[in-house]
Amino acid sequence: MKKHWHRSWFLLCLSIAFISLLSGCSSAVAGLARPSKTTTTSDKVIKVGILHSLSGTMANSEIPVEQAELLAIKQINANGGVLGKQVVPVIEDGASDNATFAEKADQLLNQYHVATVFGCWTSASRKAVLPIFEHNNGLLWYPVQYEGMESSPNIMYMGAAPNQQIVPAVNFMTQHFGKKVFLVGSDYVFPRTANAIIDQQAKQLHMTVVGEKYVPMGSTDFSTIITQIKKANPDYIVNTLNGGSNDAFFKQLHEAGIAANTTPTISASVAEQEVKGIGNTYMAGQYTSWNYYQSQNNPENKAFIKAFRAANGANSVTDDPIEAGYNAVHLWAKAVKKAGTTKVAAVRQAAKGLSYAAPEGKVTIDGDNQHLYKTVRIGKVASNGVINTVWQSPQPVKPDPYLKGYAWAGMLNQGQ
Amino acid sequence: MSTVIMQLFNGISVGSILLLAAVGLTITFGLMGIINMAHGEFIMIGAYTTYVVQLIFQKYFPGGFSAYVLVALVLSFLITALLGYLLEKIIIRYLYDRPEDSLLVTWGLSLILQQLARNIFGAPDVSVTSPKFLQGNVAIGANIDLPINRLAILAIAILALGGVAYLLFRTKFGRNINATMQNRQMAAALGINTKRIDSLTFALGTGLAGLAGCAVTWIGSIGPSIGQDYIINAFITVVVGGAGTLLGTIFGSTFMGVGNTTLEYLTNPSIGQALVLILVIIILQFKPKGVFSLNSRKIDD
Repeated sequence: MKKHWHRSWFLLCLSIAFISLLSGCSSAVAGLARPSKTTTTSDKVIKVGILHSLSGTMANSEIPVEQAELLAIKQINANGGVLGKQVVPVIEDGASDNATFAEKADQLLNQYHVATVFGCWTSASRKAVLPIFEHNNGLLWYPVQYEGMESSPNIMYMGAAPNQQIVPAVNFMTQHFGKKVFLVGSDYVFPRTANAIIDQQAKQLHMTVVGEKYVPMGSTDFSTIITQIKKANPDYIVNTLNGGSNDAFFKQLHEAGIAANTTPTISASVAEQEVKGIGNTYMAGQYTSWNYYQSQNNPENKAFIKAFRAANGANSVTDDPIEAGYNAVHLWAKAVKKAGTTKVAAVRQAAKGLSYAAPEGKVTIDGDNQHLYKTVRIGKVASNGVINTVWQSPQPVKPDPYLKGYAWAGMLNQGQ
Repeated sequence: MSTVIMQLFNGISVGSILLLAAVGLTITFGLMGIINMAHGEFIMIGAYTTYVVQLIFQKYFPGGFSAYVLVALVLSFLITALLGYLLEKIIIRYLYDRPEDSLLVTWGLSLILQQLARNIFGAPDVSVTSPKFLQGNVAIGANIDLPINRLAILAIAILALGGVAYLLFRTKFGRNINATMQNRQMAAALGINTKRIDSLTFALGTGLAGLAGCAVTWIGSIGPSIGQDYIINAFITVVVGGAGTLLGTIFGSTFMGVGNTTLEYLTNPSIGQALVLILVIIILQFKPKGVFSLNSRKIDD
């Protein structure tokens, strides 16, 4: 009898655990019906793929972008859809794993036959799906700033190219704080390429790079690097860490007494979302370089923030990659309307020179390289966690992924 | 000279964090033989407990905000210990003497716990502000500043270790644990309730993970996947030191901490970690059971 009771107790608990896992998945899908695999392009709907990490270490960053993309789809559907059809998202989980990203991209294109895909975050995941999009002539809308040195006809780059983020950030900091810089980054393709760019730029600006250190992804101990920073005594720090390492880095800078007003840090991957996670105490006075901040005061941004909060809770924040994901869906819809079809070649043609009044201001797709003309903004974190713009480019800057416009960058873009 | 002292302190500090993360594993892995891949998730639960306690203090007792630390330390231990106790009762007790299965089941469990945390607290990281008395430095000479929160973590690690040592070697409960782990039938024959000992021992292990979770909130991030940042190094610490011995855990964590920071300083962080792992492999070649391996009287050894 006793044994029997134990078994049913065990089964009960197992089923509770299983149900809670299921509820996790279903809330991510947000009640959207998943079209069956057998139907090909239906007459009533247009299927689009959403491919982000909904689990694993990148989920923290990618889920809000996914939410913004779903929000934009909802808005488009509320206004009658595209070409008279409703847009239906097919959501796949890249699971923070590049091989999974590739597999799911293949599935979206060849089994679900989606019209286009919005997705990816890390450069590694983008590089993993790129051959699949090129081979199947798909179209990926990529929402994050990145290291440049790439321009695929099958990708629309919604984030900043290096000349719209890294290069102006170093110019700004050198002008205001001095010529000695310390570089800290996670050990993967974006920070290494970004810092290779900075190394070249430093020669041009007669700056000294007094340290260049990379930590493995997810690293949470910076005590040694901080000892090295103290010893090198730089005028400012360029931070290209990604994910949870940022929390540890800023907390440990603060505890070591390296203050923002004497040795400021400028970050390439810390936006409003991350500031919230790191804590205002540790971020006040630090600098960031992006194209969009939540604090921007214009009607488009107000409407975007209002809609995003209505969909995802009053405490949710918007930031640059989230906004870029939102822009991507709206730009795709505009291009499809202009082309009159969802065929990739026609959409790509229609997208050339297409503008959109985004929350960050006007963005325009550059016909040559499928990146965006974007306004560059240097931000400073206030004590309440808001990032305020302290400098911005007078007009949207032409994207230059290979830094062809910079003579000193000759070494870098030979590979193309 | 000051750099050497600073680096030595950094090494000990990193070691003390590892020690906190690993001492619970020493008990569940070393003594009980359960490969608990969800150990990191108990660190995560301890960290979120600290976050919730901090929120409650911010809202209801802003005057006594700094005191949240003490409440958080106690609660992060108790809540994770309670969850560990339930987990042992529901799942783990079916897995004794099946280490491969325990690995798979607890790994699945770690995924479930991460997803639950993501659903409850949201995907983005959350932050905990250290209380005023844990911020700042103790300067003990030119260029030698010891951060107070790191000193506090060191103190907590030493206290936790002392507490576990006392419990295991000086109390009746500890004697019962040792007896049960060495010879279950004999212990049961002598009237020890071995099932209860199993549950409580496992709860002690997970509770210590919760305590580690509380401590790491002052230096790192709090997100659904923070457990993953610590679990591998914690296992290496236990294995290299010798599973099941406290002395081995002290050695393992100091070796990993000082080794990492020193080699990182001399080379760079990625290479430094790789070099430490190479050293670990070499040590395990000569000491397959770890440096302080126990000459166990366990019946099946």
